Amino acid sequence: MSETAAPQTREERLAAMLAAVPYMNFLGMTADLAGDEMTAILPFAPHLVGNLTIPALHGGVIGAFLEMTAICQLVVREPLRRQPRTIDVTIEYLRPGRAQTTYARADVRKIGRRIANVHVEAWQDHRATPVAALRGHFLLSLPEGQAG
Amino acid sequence: MTIDLTNLAEIGARMAQATPQAAALNLRLVSVGVEGAAMAVPWRPELVGDPATGVMAGGVITTLLDHVCGLAVSSAVIASGGTFMEFGMATLDLRIDYMRPAEPRREVIALARCYKLTRSIAFVRASAFEDDESNPVATAQAAFAFTGPRQAAQLGPDAGPEAAS
Repeated sequence: MSETAAPQTREERLAAMLAAVPYMNFLGMTADLAGDEMTAILPFAPHLVGNLTIPALHGGVIGAFLEMTAICQLVVREPLRRQPRTIDVTIEYLRPGRAQTTYARADVRKIGRRIANVHVEAWQDHRATPVAALRGHFLLSLPEGQAG
Repeated sequence: MTIDLTNLAEIGARMAQATPQAAALNLRLVSVGVEGAAMAVPWRPELVGDPATGVMAGGVITTLLDHVCGLAVSSAVIASGGTFMEFGMATLDLRIDYMRPAEPRREVIALARCYKLTRSIAFVRASAFEDDESNPVATAQAAFAFTGPRQAAQLGPDAGPEAAS
């Protein structure tokens, strides 16, 4: 995202983010919007594997996917001057990420003037049995004069 | 107890190259020993997370930290008398604090130390920086669970307050 005004609709903001961030392309990550509900999608790809014997997705890849989902959700929700910056994340690994598509949804628990708190969960076959969860804080740059 | 440093170096080299995601990130083994492990990830345009700044994505640092923490646990297990192939392990949790953005177009190094090993859990601290450990990009704390069969090898009591003898 550049310093210029962010696109106005959530669809435009998400599309701009997906098109502009090289690392999301490196992961092969996409996202769908249904109203204000975003689902991030990480199709399986061989280069995402961290354990060849299971095989399982790399824990770092799962963490990265969750973090990117949180950032995308914030971009969808608010017109920001800059991409949110990660302050801290805690990633909990619940099950191995198998060699299949992974989904994630983020829940913005609080948006303050400068800082947002976001929870994210990732799952594969069943949303009720998540593979990993993330809680994190992100630094925001809201447009001038706008308190979140 | 003799510690097989050759074995450690082999494991380090294998972890840097043989894991598909590590190879995709072009991770480089910097050092590995009983004191801990260090790996580096080179900057490249595909890994940028914010095109406005050219800064590498936080997720790349996350993966580097997770990976080097795993290697530090392997080192600690070998230093305690275990061997690499007799255990499997999985990250339980990983907490990362980002102090500042990584400098664009520079390699980032992560250094990890396993500071406590129990029968079922390993506790690790790590930090990521360009060239000065005292000026970190990020610091991390992780816990790993051993998932496979493994000899107890003089590791003392299990983790957890109720396990204290």
